[in-house]
Amino acid sequence: MLADAKIPEGYVRVFRRPDSMSDAPYTYCPGCHHGVIGRLVAEAIDELGIRGRTVGIAPVGCAVFLYRFYRCDFVQAAHGRACAVATGLKRANPDLIVFSYQGDGDLAAIGTAETVHAANRGENITVIFVNNQIYGMTGGEMAPTTLPGQRTVTTPEGRDVRATGYPLKISEMLAQLDGPAYITRQAVYDVRHVQMARRAILQAFRNQLEGKGFSMVEVVAACPTNLKVSPVDGNKWVTEQALRYFPLGDLKVRDR
Amino acid sequence: MRVLMRGNEAIAEAAIRAGCKCYFCYPITPQGELVEYMARHLPQQGGVFLQAESEVAAINMVYGASAAGVRTMTSSSSPGISLKMEGISYLAGSRLPAVIVNVMRGGPGLGNIAPAQGDYFQATKGGGHGDYRLIVLAPSTVQEAAELVMLAFDLSDHYRVPAMILADGMLGQMMEPVELPEPVDEGTILEKPWALTGAEGREPRVVLSFDLDPQGLKEMNLTLQRTYREIEAHEVRWEEVDTADAEILLVAYGTMGRIAKTVVRLARAEGIRAGLLRPISLWPFPYEPIRALAERIPVVLTVELSAGQMWEDVRLAVEGRAATPFYGELGGVVPTPKEILSEVKKHAR
Repeated sequence: MLADAKIPEGYVRVFRRPDSMSDAPYTYCPGCHHGVIGRLVAEAIDELGIRGRTVGIAPVGCAVFLYRFYRCDFVQAAHGRACAVATGLKRANPDLIVFSYQGDGDLAAIGTAETVHAANRGENITVIFVNNQIYGMTGGEMAPTTLPGQRTVTTPEGRDVRATGYPLKISEMLAQLDGPAYITRQAVYDVRHVQMARRAILQAFRNQLEGKGFSMVEVVAACPTNLKVSPVDGNKWVTEQALRYFPLGDLKVRDR
Repeated sequence: MRVLMRGNEAIAEAAIRAGCKCYFCYPITPQGELVEYMARHLPQQGGVFLQAESEVAAINMVYGASAAGVRTMTSSSSPGISLKMEGISYLAGSRLPAVIVNVMRGGPGLGNIAPAQGDYFQATKGGGHGDYRLIVLAPSTVQEAAELVMLAFDLSDHYRVPAMILADGMLGQMMEPVELPEPVDEGTILEKPWALTGAEGREPRVVLSFDLDPQGLKEMNLTLQRTYREIEAHEVRWEEVDTADAEILLVAYGTMGRIAKTVVRLARAEGIRAGLLRPISLWPFPYEPIRALAERIPVVLTVELSAGQMWEDVRLAVEGRAATPFYGELGGVVPTPKEILSEVKKHAR
């Protein structure tokens, strides 16, 4: 077990897996941002001491194996339905801390209705929304958040907005509603932003503990595999392309 | 004490008495009174009533509540049930108990709001994707509807298989005196050692309907199939009326089963020895009882509010032992006992 690896004499362990994470190896590709985001979720769960009452919801997509990576209860939801499943769990047992972890295809295409209405009801849940502008697991098809001109396997000549519309700005949409407590957009392409995303995810869980209601952290992420670029260039893609359409920052913060 | 209740209301009240803690819905006719009744009464009993944004969302809320370990239900009518099929398949695959009420109406498509039985295939053969079954119970009176709702919760918990109450618009809308079942003692509801309650002091639990490894998924499927064989062995339910000396056997369920009872009486008044077998569990289907009767009754007439869906199961049961004519009505048209009687006369010697 990695976590129990013997520390040689004279060495001090300064970095380890969060307690909420299991020893299961990640199934993500090199350079994928899921790994960092998943760890930030675990750190938040550790910091708030809520592992024993947390139930996670794994989506359909690259994070479908999410349940393997955590040491808390988990349920896997149908594609797009995580916010409805979260609603059922939380309403059935309000003592649970319920979070969903969803990609852009899951949350912003097939699950748009479930997401919008859970947000509008102000469901007291935490949603982690990983926006990497592509369907990763199925092989790189156009996502609702795919950028104009971006080549995918279903937009081989680049996304033509006249035919397929524009990147869906779901956080901006949800921020217009009265229901949500906290809507923010973050990124993890460098250390500073990892720290900012960490604070946002912590806040989104803290809101649930305090009963503030629907909190969503969108993380603009890179999928180097389907962009067909190196991990470093994946980070560049985020800063030079994606953030032009998805500017970072808090979109809604309700302080009660 | 007997009270006068609409079928939809009796189903709702029975669910509350069965310990249903979370009910999720989307409005549709002809089951509107069920939704209204739950909205008025479930929160008063400490339960959760939530009107979802769609049938798809409602069934997935059921999925979440069931995973949390509470008794949970949703109800709808035919087009809405079609929308729920994705979630029902997930419930079946994840072995989550739940009760789904289908107050059937005319179809396909938008159809109409009149009583029909066109969802038999969908209910009894799985309905959604994958190799799965639902426990399907078909009441023919308001009293039986209330009782079968209680039973559906128990069976669903016991076998970890979703259960469906398959009613129709006529049963949902009609009012009858009903002796409501006693509320269950919450302490007697089956413990759920698989429920997601937080991993404090124990190993984490997961609720999944998938396994990417074919061998693993095969094992999951074999578990389901073993459960289904057990249900087939223990949970077949049916009613027989005047079958002992019958020369023609009617097979009908739900509202049609009730009309067929009248037909049996009318036929006997005219000297035709008619009998009735009314399946109460549509899955598991009473193949054996029908087969046994077909050994000695030469004509087995299936009567349905469909183009002949249960008829296929009746023929599977009879397997050529008797003639198997069919009489059905479509589109929400309900035949009168006299119309069916003339059909009986046609086939009885």
